Amino acid sequence: MAKTNTSKQEDTHVDGRRRDFIVVASYAMAGIGAAAVAWPLIDQMNPAADTLALASIEVDISKIDIGQSITVKWRGKPVFIRHRTEDEINTAQSVELSQLKDPQLDVDRVSNPKYLVMIGVCTHLGCVPLGQKTGEIKGEYDGWFCPCHGSHYDSSGRIRKGPAPVNLEIPPYTFETESLIKIG
Amino acid sequence: MSADKFSNPVVRWIDHRLPIFSFMDHELNEYPTPKNLNYFWNFGSLAGVSLVIMIVTGIVLAMSYTPHVDYAFQSVERIMRDVNHGWLLRYIHMNGASFFFIVVFIHIFRGLYYGSYKAPRELLWILGVLILLLMMATAFMGYVLPWGQMSFWGATVITNLFSAIPFVGDSIVTFLWGGFSVDNPTLNRFFALHYLMPFLIVGVVILHLVALHRFGSNNPIGIDPSGPQDTVPFHPYYTIKDFFGLSVFLTLFAAAIFFFPNFMGHPDNYIPANPMQTPAHIVPEWYFLPFYAILRAVPDKLGGVLAMFGAIAVLFILPWLDRSPIRSGNFRPVFKIFFWVFFADCIALGYLGGMPAEGIYVVLSRVATAWYFLHFLVILPLLSVIETPKPLPQSLSKSVLGGSAMAGAASAVKEKV
Repeated sequence: MAKTNTSKQEDTHVDGRRRDFIVVASYAMAGIGAAAVAWPLIDQMNPAADTLALASIEVDISKIDIGQSITVKWRGKPVFIRHRTEDEINTAQSVELSQLKDPQLDVDRVSNPKYLVMIGVCTHLGCVPLGQKTGEIKGEYDGWFCPCHGSHYDSSGRIRKGPAPVNLEIPPYTFETESLIKIG
Repeated sequence: MSADKFSNPVVRWIDHRLPIFSFMDHELNEYPTPKNLNYFWNFGSLAGVSLVIMIVTGIVLAMSYTPHVDYAFQSVERIMRDVNHGWLLRYIHMNGASFFFIVVFIHIFRGLYYGSYKAPRELLWILGVLILLLMMATAFMGYVLPWGQMSFWGATVITNLFSAIPFVGDSIVTFLWGGFSVDNPTLNRFFALHYLMPFLIVGVVILHLVALHRFGSNNPIGIDPSGPQDTVPFHPYYTIKDFFGLSVFLTLFAAAIFFFPNFMGHPDNYIPANPMQTPAHIVPEWYFLPFYAILRAVPDKLGGVLAMFGAIAVLFILPWLDRSPIRSGNFRPVFKIFFWVFFADCIALGYLGGMPAEGIYVVLSRVATAWYFLHFLVILPLLSVIETPKPLPQSLSKSVLGGSAMAGAASAVKEKV
């Protein structure tokens, strides 16, 4: 603010401060207004109501035999559901935590040990690991193997070898009945 | 071009290599502007802001819109119901079109009254008319996108205008449609062009501004500033005035968006497009009504189309129709009367365009259409010869400060206040 050297320097000083206040207050209001206007323009890119409404699915698991896997789509991503064999459950449960890159007990990854439910997206860079279908490479730990960059997951979906940083993610799910699970 | 007017060394370094800051300082800060501009001179910057609002909301809406006949209507309803703040964004875009036209129409009438189209601003005016044409094309194609009944039948009627062209008309219409009726290819290309054209408008607006800054703004007195004493720097005098006008504009705009968002629309456009049935009474959006009235007034297909396009074309040659050297209507007593008659005529055309084409409305439309062309082609050229203007003030300063003894200047001061 231009201050003139007059004899009433005191007065101009006070005027200057008052004007500064008005200027700062105006800019602040304009800034708040701009932010309030910008928010709807940005937030419209977040998931819409109908997208969020599709965020949970129900899956009948009674048709999955022991040793079989199915893949279902949830929120646009594959979810692996595997009816594990006794052998796989035992192997998964007997692993020492010290051998794991992302230490987690098998019991913490399942609500019913027979069924392993997890998101089939490699935690490295988002590819879908192999191992769901018979004949596919299951990796060195008899679980899943990501062909993109060579991550090996065990029969509990935990990362054992390769670049992926953490275990395959477990989606929120509940058993509605013995044979019906709700994901999401 | 002195780089030392910027204290920030980074700004100075950049400005020396890329004089963008000097340019902005020259065109937006120190830009000398006549000191007597009234509030009608706000509408240029308001039009610019409207264009930006339309482009920003349009890009955002395009993220959720599907240009396909089976999904377009649904995707717009999804924007209204499901997309976060989608209702707000669509209502801003929808009402923004109307407000853009309101602002531009006032801007044009401002130019007509104060003679802003006269030498040396003829190209500035012509570029403005070009912007109006581009706006009309953009608005028309945008109205088709929601694929409601009015969208579909509006598109059908307007594209059929081209069938009036002798010999090649039908081929042109088929070409525009990309088929044998308004259908998916039409919707697809309209979406592509509706996205493209606003950026063409931005280009012409830049030329419009370059032409404006060549000689600076016209003013309510219509005489050129005779020196620095007649002008003020654009900043802060006109930036603050433009911001004040903008806040009034945005208040009204927000009122429309929040309290009567569908007032300027047509309810039939909330019925999905049905190529098997035309609504009983189809009308274009309000801003096309005067031109629509002219189209219907002429009882001949080709004639109507020519008259409608002629109504815009005549604006292009306006600088050579009105030969009076006096710019401002304030100093042209007879012109002033005819200006307001013409203004009323345009409002009447707008009203008549919204009425059914029967009975008295047809007669009145013909009279109003005849007057529209009479004003430009006969009255304006004639007035420039026979009218005796009031004496002009000697300078802007004298008229502002009341230093002139002349009657015209005194009345001009009242106008300004």
